[in-house]
Amino acid sequence: MTTADLLGKLLQVVMGLAVLAAVVGLLIFFIDKAPKKGRDYWQLVGFLAPALIFLAIGLVYPAIRTSLLAFQTSGGEWTLDNFVWTFTQPTAIRTLINTVIWVLLVPTVSTAIGLAYAVFIDRSRGEKYYKVILFMPIAISFVGAGIIWRFVYEYRSGDREQIGLLNAIVTAFGGEPVQFMQTDPLNTFLLIIVMIWIQTGFAMVLLSAAIKGVPTEQIEAAQLDGTNGWQRFVNVTVPGIRGALVVVLTTISIATLKVFDIVRTMTAGNFNTSVIANEMYTQAFRASEVGRGSALALILFLLVLPIVVYNINVLRKQREIR
Amino acid sequence: MSIAPADLPTGKDRGSIEGAAETTALTEVVGTKSARVKKRLTSRTATIAALIIAVLWTIPTFGLLISSFRPAELVRTTGWWTIFENWGFTLDNYRDVLLSTSQSSPQLGAYIVNSIAISLVGTLIPLVLATMAAYAFAWIKFKGAGVLFILVFALQIVPLQMALVPLLQIFSTWLRPMQAWLHDVVPIIPEQNYAPVWLAHAMFALPLAIFLLHNFIAEIPSEVIEAARVDGATHGQIFFRIVLPLATPAIASFAIFQFIWVWNDLLVALIFSGGTQDVAPLTQRLAEMVGSRGQEWERLTAGAFISIIIPLAVFFGLQRYFVRGLLAGSTKG
Repeated sequence: MTTADLLGKLLQVVMGLAVLAAVVGLLIFFIDKAPKKGRDYWQLVGFLAPALIFLAIGLVYPAIRTSLLAFQTSGGEWTLDNFVWTFTQPTAIRTLINTVIWVLLVPTVSTAIGLAYAVFIDRSRGEKYYKVILFMPIAISFVGAGIIWRFVYEYRSGDREQIGLLNAIVTAFGGEPVQFMQTDPLNTFLLIIVMIWIQTGFAMVLLSAAIKGVPTEQIEAAQLDGTNGWQRFVNVTVPGIRGALVVVLTTISIATLKVFDIVRTMTAGNFNTSVIANEMYTQAFRASEVGRGSALALILFLLVLPIVVYNINVLRKQREIR
Repeated sequence: MSIAPADLPTGKDRGSIEGAAETTALTEVVGTKSARVKKRLTSRTATIAALIIAVLWTIPTFGLLISSFRPAELVRTTGWWTIFENWGFTLDNYRDVLLSTSQSSPQLGAYIVNSIAISLVGTLIPLVLATMAAYAFAWIKFKGAGVLFILVFALQIVPLQMALVPLLQIFSTWLRPMQAWLHDVVPIIPEQNYAPVWLAHAMFALPLAIFLLHNFIAEIPSEVIEAARVDGATHGQIFFRIVLPLATPAIASFAIFQFIWVWNDLLVALIFSGGTQDVAPLTQRLAEMVGSRGQEWERLTAGAFISIIIPLAVFFGLQRYFVRGLLAGSTKG
C-alpha cells in the first residue's frame, strides 16, 4: 500500500461522510424553510424519503426481481428448470439434505449445551467469567472461527507430527490420522460443530436470563415436596422458560439456515459439504447460473419465512399475557 | 430479522451479562433464604461439567493465539501444545503479515484500512437515515403510517441472498459510470471504490435499524415533544435538539452491533468489493488466504488474530451495549 493509496482511501471516507452530511443537512434545512402550505407533507418526505428510497432499491425491487429470475432461463424465457435442477441433481439434493442436517443439529445441540451450562453456573461463584468464556466466540467473525477450527482439524500425512489438535488426539490413541475436511459425511458434522461453538453462547445468555426470572418460591415449593434436582429442572424450570427456549431455538434456526461464511471458508462447499446459502453464491456468482442461484435464494426465503412468522406470533402472545 | 430477542434485554436489562450479575448480587443480599436454596442447586458435579465445557470452548482460540506467536518452522512441524518442549516466541508472523511488502506476504495493512473505512461509513449511513425515518414514523402523523411501518418491519424477513444479484446489476448499470467519472476527476481514488459496499451495507441494515430506533424514539414522553412544538420548534430543531440526545443509548447499541456486523461480514464484501486491495476487507482477504495458502499456518493464525482483535476489544470494552445490540439483531442478514 503506497501513501497515495492511503490518501485515496482517506479521501473517499471524508467525501462519503461529507456527502452524507450535506444531503441530510440540506434536507432538514429545506424542510424547515418549506412553504407554509403543505409543510407537514414536505417535512414527512424529507425525513422518510432517503430511507425509503434505499429500501426500495436495495431490498424491495431486488427481492421481486430475484423471485422472477428464479422462474427464468438465462435467455429470459419462463421455465421451472431451475427448481427441477434443485430437486433432481444429486449435488443439489445433497445441498438440501446438508441444510436439513444443519438446521436439525445446530439449534438443538447449542440450546441443550447452553441450557445445561446456564443451569450449572447459575448463582455460582465467578458466574460472570463463565459466561464471558462461552459467549466470546459470538464476537468473532465466521471467517475467523473457520480458521480457528480448520487449524484444529488440520491433517498431516504419514508419520509427520500432527499439528491439528484433533488428529493429534486420534494418533495419540493409536488411530490413523484422518483428512477431516475431505471425509464425507464426517466433514459436514465437523463444520456444524463450528456453528454450535458460536451459537451456544447466545443460547446460554438468553436462557440464563430466563432462568433467573423463574420465581424462587416455585423451586422452593417443589423442594419441600421432596423432588430431586432433575425433577425440579424438568417440571419447574423448563416450563418457566418455555418462551425463551422457543425464541432461542427459532433464532438460531434462522441463523443456521443462512450459514455461508463457515462453509465458504473451510471447504468452499467441496467434498459434499455445501449448504443452500453457499450453493446460491456458487451458482449465481461463480458458475454464472443466475436462475439457479435465484431459485436457491427463493427456497431459502421460503424456509426462513414460517420460522419468522411463528417467532413473531409467540412474541405477540407473550406480550398479551403480560 | 425477527426482532424477537430485542424484547428480552429491556426492562431490568436482563439480557446483558453484567445485568445478570447485578441481579445475582442483589438476590444474595436481599434474600438469604433464596440464596440457601440456590446454593444447594449448584452441586460439585455441575461445577465440574461447567468447567469442562468452558475449557473445551476456549482451547481452539487459545491454540490459535499461541501459534500466532511461534516461529514459522515450529508452527509447521509441531503442535502448539508442545510449546514447553519446543520453546520459542516471536513477533515475526505479525511483522510478516502486516509490514512485509514482498509479493508472497499477505500485506494485510491495506485490508485493515479497508475494513475500518467500510465499517465506519457502513455504520454511519444507515444510522443517520434510520434515525430520521424512525423519527418520522414516531412523531409525524400521516395517513398509512402504520401500514408503511409494518412493511419496513417485514423487510427484515428477506434474506440477503434474495437481494444480491439484482442489486449488483443495478450498481453496475448506475453506479459504475459515476465511479469511473470520479476516478477521472480524482486519480488517486481508484475506479473500484468503497461506494457499492457502503451502500449495500446501508440498505441491508435499514429495516432492523428503523425498527429498533423507532421503538426507542416512540417512548420519548409526548409532553417533551409537544412542549417544544408549542414553543415554535420546527421538526428539524426537535430532531437535533431533543430526539438525538435522548436516543443516544439506542443509537450507540445499534451502532456497535452494525459496526461489528460489517467488520465480520464476508458475503457482502465478496459480491460488492471486487476483491482487490483497493476495497476488499480483512475477512475477504483471510478467506482468500485459506483457499490459496491453507498450509501457511503461521500467517493464517496471525492474520486471523488481527481480524478478531477489534470485535473482541469492543466485546470486552462495551459489553453491555454489545450484548444489547447483538440480541436485538441476532438474525440479521
